[in-house]
Amino acid sequence: MTTRQKLVVIGNGMAGARLVEDVLALDCDRFEVVMFGDEPYGNYNRILLSNVLNGTQDPKEIFLNPLAWYEENNVTLHAGKKVTRIDREQRVVYADGVEQPYDVLVLATGSKPFVPPVPGTTLHGVFVFRTLDDCRNIADYAKGKSNAVVIGGGLLGLEAAKGLMTHDLASVTVVEMAPWLMSVQLDEAGGKVLGQTIEKLGLKALTKTSTAEIQGHTHVTGVKFADGSTVPADIVVISAGIRPNIDLAKECGLACERAIVVDDQMRTSDGHVFGVGECVQHRGMVYGLVAPLWEQTKVLAEVLTGTAPEKVYTGSKIATKLKVMGVELASMGRIGDLKDTDEVVQYSEPARQVYWKAIVRDGKLSAACLLGDLGPADNLMELFKNDAPVPERRLEIFFTAGSAKKDVSLADLPDSHQICDCNGVSKGTICTAIKAGKCTVPSVGKATRAGTGCGSCKGLVKGLIEAVAGAVKADPSEGWYVPAVPMDKPTLVAEVRKRGLKSVSEVFRELGTGVDEKSKMGLASLLKSLWNDEYVDERDARYVNDRVHANIQKDGTFSVIPRMYGGVTSADDLIKIGVVAKKYDVPMVKVTGGQRIDLLGVKKDDLPKMWADLGMPSGYAYTKALRTVKTCVGSEFCRYGTNDSTALGIALEKRYQGFEFPAKVKLGVSGCPRNCAEATVKDVGVIATEGGEWEVSVGGAAGASVRKTDVLCRVKTQAEALTVIGRFLIYYRDNAKWLERTYDFVPRVGLDTIKRVILENATGLWEYFDREVEATIAAYRDPWLERERPVYAGQFEDAKTVALPMLS
Amino acid sequence: MQTLALKSPGRNARAARVRLCDLDELPVGLGRAFVVAGRTVAVFRTRDGNVFATANACPHKAGPLADGMLVGHQVVCPMHAFRFTADSGECDQPNVCAVTTYLVEVEGTAVFLTLPAA
Repeated sequence: MTTRQKLVVIGNGMAGARLVEDVLALDCDRFEVVMFGDEPYGNYNRILLSNVLNGTQDPKEIFLNPLAWYEENNVTLHAGKKVTRIDREQRVVYADGVEQPYDVLVLATGSKPFVPPVPGTTLHGVFVFRTLDDCRNIADYAKGKSNAVVIGGGLLGLEAAKGLMTHDLASVTVVEMAPWLMSVQLDEAGGKVLGQTIEKLGLKALTKTSTAEIQGHTHVTGVKFADGSTVPADIVVISAGIRPNIDLAKECGLACERAIVVDDQMRTSDGHVFGVGECVQHRGMVYGLVAPLWEQTKVLAEVLTGTAPEKVYTGSKIATKLKVMGVELASMGRIGDLKDTDEVVQYSEPARQVYWKAIVRDGKLSAACLLGDLGPADNLMELFKNDAPVPERRLEIFFTAGSAKKDVSLADLPDSHQICDCNGVSKGTICTAIKAGKCTVPSVGKATRAGTGCGSCKGLVKGLIEAVAGAVKADPSEGWYVPAVPMDKPTLVAEVRKRGLKSVSEVFRELGTGVDEKSKMGLASLLKSLWNDEYVDERDARYVNDRVHANIQKDGTFSVIPRMYGGVTSADDLIKIGVVAKKYDVPMVKVTGGQRIDLLGVKKDDLPKMWADLGMPSGYAYTKALRTVKTCVGSEFCRYGTNDSTALGIALEKRYQGFEFPAKVKLGVSGCPRNCAEATVKDVGVIATEGGEWEVSVGGAAGASVRKTDVLCRVKTQAEALTVIGRFLIYYRDNAKWLERTYDFVPRVGLDTIKRVILENATGLWEYFDREVEATIAAYRDPWLERERPVYAGQFEDAKTVALPMLS
Repeated sequence: MQTLALKSPGRNARAARVRLCDLDELPVGLGRAFVVAGRTVAVFRTRDGNVFATANACPHKAGPLADGMLVGHQVVCPMHAFRFTADSGECDQPNVCAVTTYLVEVEGTAVFLTLPAA
């Protein structure tokens, strides 16, 4: 038996791992594959790092090949090992204690961030944005900081800025040397449009600005520019471009210019050594996008495995579709590269922030950028990639051809047409998957990788599913009430009622497909509302807050919030709260946003004692339940108050306390239209009017989203207000999805429907609503009373100390 | 009642075996923290009748695992929902190291914990 040739790949990034995949796909027996990667992980999709930074994706979702993949494919991966030397003579690679001989060596060393030579780049709080660890470090460091500066207004810089904006910073400033943002992809006018759009998002952009110094002693405090001006900064992210990693190649004497020089078969100046990706220079070009790099690995895999030994790579046409800061962008060719004889075709629509520009050279599309609306982008891409002649009437580049054709064109496209530019997936491949039964966008992605890169082609994938299979099957799990039970809410409720399932574990056993903690919480809430007193309350289905009736804090301590109906308290209660806070050495006493007093930093053991000393009921600050009813002073003391808002607030809170919902619910009552209780941004808001009526409105929020309430009705008395609100709350409780706040629920169901149900009794449910309110009130138990008799062993115990035996 | 086998017990000869508590002091489906020889250990009793033990501090941000929820034979940290597997202590997230696991045994109604020698 012949021994297999040794293929050694240095670099486990998008190029290295993709090459190995391509090689294995063509011939899995030819090589013994050994890979080296600097990072201690499997291989991940670097394009999606910005999603990790902005929290829309979990790090684990961006892994292309987890460590297990290497094992399954018999690929030896030296993760976290840095190659220090290549001996081309002996054909051996050296890395931290590893000596690895090779027959074929591939360099896929990628590139590293360019750090401009200014003082201060080594201060704490200065980061580059390149790896998963960078992402994590930036996110950790950004916590609690207020001012961020991103140096570099290119694509990555903007992605970093977008990511930072999700971390609650007061300001994020992007600094760019060029006169406009994304100067590689956009021309001046396009850059301006982009600039305006992102400023609307609250981001500051300083163009034509070069950084002179990053200031600070040990930690960064500010950034100084060439003109002498400064901005304060607690965190700086440098994203000023990348440089190919060529040190290793240079040291072993391979020909390098800007990057490692390779021929049309990706061969370096040494016939046994090849290169792919950002570290190579081919026909004078160095590419920093994934699509070209995947064309390269494909050719190299065919050459190495002997599948197509004559195959050549002739270069790539760079075209990309992106979404930067929510702005749709398509770019092809080099827009700044203009000759006197070029024709420029431009269209702009400033009000919609739309800007299109195409450069026609010798009757063909040589470059284009589209911003804000990508209607004609596919058409332009097609012209660009195929070097096809552009229409005689140049305006048809953007119109007729593009927009009118769009829907039809998908079906008419040839099978070879590439849909996913990140993964190079053709229409044919996708259609084959759809015909094999993959009728959701995620399942097509799983089968073909289409849509799993930047995700901008998901719409096209959806279109293809519609064209081939008739309709997209929505990802069924989207409609499920909880992830582990494959049923929507009405089906689930019907099954639970029919089978008489009264505990969470019964539901899992009879209807579940598995268990997860989110499903436990969702089901617990649902069952409680369905069965009231009959609900079998399993404590392991509750999150810790609902087990110990206090809110867990970052250090494992808890907080106690005495209920303060309508925000009203008394001198005696205040004194009591003060005495208790002092007795238990509470580290922080704070007034919350919901008009209550929060005692923070309480040890679990102290909770029952404190509650007993306080002798006040619980103020929910944790459960998916009615939280607070915020009020203003109202007619009691206020000069303007037209009605008694505090009395209504207290009545509402007393009546609906302990009601659990699919998400938290906050109420507000204002005593006059000046609306000091900010009732129009609550789940239910009530405002007293000059005529002595109450205006009830629903579906507002002022948290992660801000939404103004929709007016439901006006009522004349406090009692009517209580009734209408109760009906709405039960209707919401019964019909909302798990974790769906009223501000999503109300627009989803529609105000008209809600009015018909709540005001006109169109569904005949009034009696049921009122009965449910009474039943829920009757089933309410003050959870704080568990202090007297814990429900399970150790419920209010921090940690039980166990003595060591004398002898072991 | 069973205990979940540890993948590599590798028990040291001088390890200490301690009687922790009675089985019914462990709430079903939940965890409970114990301090033994200066270490805080979280002991869990799963709904399917197993018992397992881990260090109480999540390796991510030191969240108290005993306050977490159980999902099968995994504990979910109450702070940021990282999951750890009972036997190996392995985390479901990349770049978070495994949590230390301990040998825990149920004999009759008594629960015993074995601490490796310090």
